[in-house]
Amino acid sequence: MKLRGIWAVFRKEFRENMRDRRTLLSALVFGPVISPILVAVLVQFGISHAETQSDENIQVAVTHAENAPNLVDYLSARGVDIVKVNFDEAAARHAVATQTHKIILEIPGDFGERLQHGEPAPVILYSDSSRGFERRGVGRVRALVSTYGIEIAQLRFLARGIDPISVLPISVQEIDVSTPTGRSVLVLNMMTYLVLLSMLFGGLYLAIDATAGERERGSLEVLLTSPVPREHLIYGKIGAAASYMLISLLLTVAMFAVAMSFVGLEQLGITANLGPAAAMKMVACCAPLILFGSAYLTIISAFAKTYREAQTYLQLVITIPTMPLIFAGMLGLQPKLAWMFVPFLSQHLLMTTVVRAEPIETLHMVVSVASTLVYGALLTYIAGRLYRREALLG
Amino acid sequence: MLEARDLYKSFGKIAAVRGVSFTARDGQITGLLGPNGAGKSTTLRMLYTVLKADAGDAFIDGKSVTLDPLAARRAIGVLSHGAGVYNNLTARENIAYFGELHGLSREDREARAGELIEMLEMQPFADRLAKGYSQGQKLKTALARALVHRPRNLLLDEPTNGLDVMAVRNLRKLLGQLRDAGHCVLFSSHVMHEVEQLCDEVVMVNGGQVVAAGPLAEIRARAGNAQLEDAFVSLMDGGGADS
Repeated sequence: MKLRGIWAVFRKEFRENMRDRRTLLSALVFGPVISPILVAVLVQFGISHAETQSDENIQVAVTHAENAPNLVDYLSARGVDIVKVNFDEAAARHAVATQTHKIILEIPGDFGERLQHGEPAPVILYSDSSRGFERRGVGRVRALVSTYGIEIAQLRFLARGIDPISVLPISVQEIDVSTPTGRSVLVLNMMTYLVLLSMLFGGLYLAIDATAGERERGSLEVLLTSPVPREHLIYGKIGAAASYMLISLLLTVAMFAVAMSFVGLEQLGITANLGPAAAMKMVACCAPLILFGSAYLTIISAFAKTYREAQTYLQLVITIPTMPLIFAGMLGLQPKLAWMFVPFLSQHLLMTTVVRAEPIETLHMVVSVASTLVYGALLTYIAGRLYRREALLG
Repeated sequence: MLEARDLYKSFGKIAAVRGVSFTARDGQITGLLGPNGAGKSTTLRMLYTVLKADAGDAFIDGKSVTLDPLAARRAIGVLSHGAGVYNNLTARENIAYFGELHGLSREDREARAGELIEMLEMQPFADRLAKGYSQGQKLKTALARALVHRPRNLLLDEPTNGLDVMAVRNLRKLLGQLRDAGHCVLFSSHVMHEVEQLCDEVVMVNGGQVVAAGPLAEIRARAGNAQLEDAFVSLMDGGGADS
């Protein structure tokens, strides 16, 4: 069997697409550059945010602080930075809405008086709950204020000769187990997901062009009159799409390694293992998928009549193989032999293992690579059969 | 030489071609003439092997398109409907790519591309990307692509569609040259005067069947009219089927 046709098609597709801005953007820019930056920013933000939540003082603007000097002292002794302001209600609302102050505590003029007479003394807490980041701060202020109230109550009971413990029948102790390590699982999931997705996007436009594009341009018929077996034409095209996926994969992983080196992954409890060796292992885990991916996308676009139709299909369909990853994330799947037969899922699990610097079981790797290659070969064969059909001409 | 022998082709319930037979000889330009939907394109597509005939066969220099399509393809050059070229390749690369698909060596296909560029006067745009080509430049590129492997037979599907007068003139000149060099040229058209100016032989199809075939003069005489257009109309009325 002569393979020169495959080679000729491969080279032509590779060269032609190197000149196509859209292909280059999707293969070399969107996935490889944007997704690592996105993750790095999110991680960085998550880290600094987590730090803020636990350690840093919260800033609270107190309006009419002079009405409750003891409460203000109590708060500032417990990690609250007090900014004294003088707002009426409208001004307070405005200040929160415009975020000049994130949390405002208003102490009404009759606060001291009511407190003295043993009447409930109101304070007003302004915040914007649609800004999720302030919620914990508000919670802390609220908790501090009520603790202050309880302490006053206890003093009152003491003054009346009652053991204050008896009016606190239940004490709730909260333990938050959301550790940095737990959060890191999310980051890892997102990273492997983006690596796989950006790999697929690398070959997207080549896959569309293979059938729908050629047909729309009117070059498909002439191509089919060349003395090359039809399936060889599609093999060459799948090969070209696969090569773009490989480039996209290499770039994405490399960019992730670079981006993550700027981000303190250790702080999320991950033994940051994204050095060159780990990056190469990740590529090795995913590389078998490129055949599967490009054949899969090529088959789907063979059913589309036009370029736009193919584009619409593919943008939907491209996410289907990555579905198992979402479940893996939700269910917290661990690597086991059965999962190694599932394309995309096995690559996800293996990559996660690599990044966690845990050892990969040889059997797992072998099964993942072999099964993925078999599926890829099967899909390539199916694509070849599809290219033999007359309906291809549309 | 091209020979269609009792070709049939249906798409679902629509019978596009119903028993078409004709011969296109070397050193002649044969016109496949008929109204829209007559089955011209379907017939051509069976001849150039992208469609498989439901029944019947066609032979290109004696090679069956159904039994040995690869051999048949080597002997034909095709200009398909619309003449699509690859926009991100230059004309030279477009031509060389097909040379490669036809098995030409690198030196061979580059030399041949240069030869065709000269012959079709494509020098001004040959090394620019095909993106910005005019319809005429695209046609020249597609034509050069069809000729890169020096095929004995040339099949053109509505080659003059969308061309201006000058481009049509150039095409006519070129097809004349190819005929004089002994090639067999078959093209489809629904434009009467084009066929009249170009063809030696005419095959008229309507409703998926041949209604008349023979030398141009003979067709005119048979209908008793001097003008091909009148002959065409009377033949379509008389011999045409239900379409």
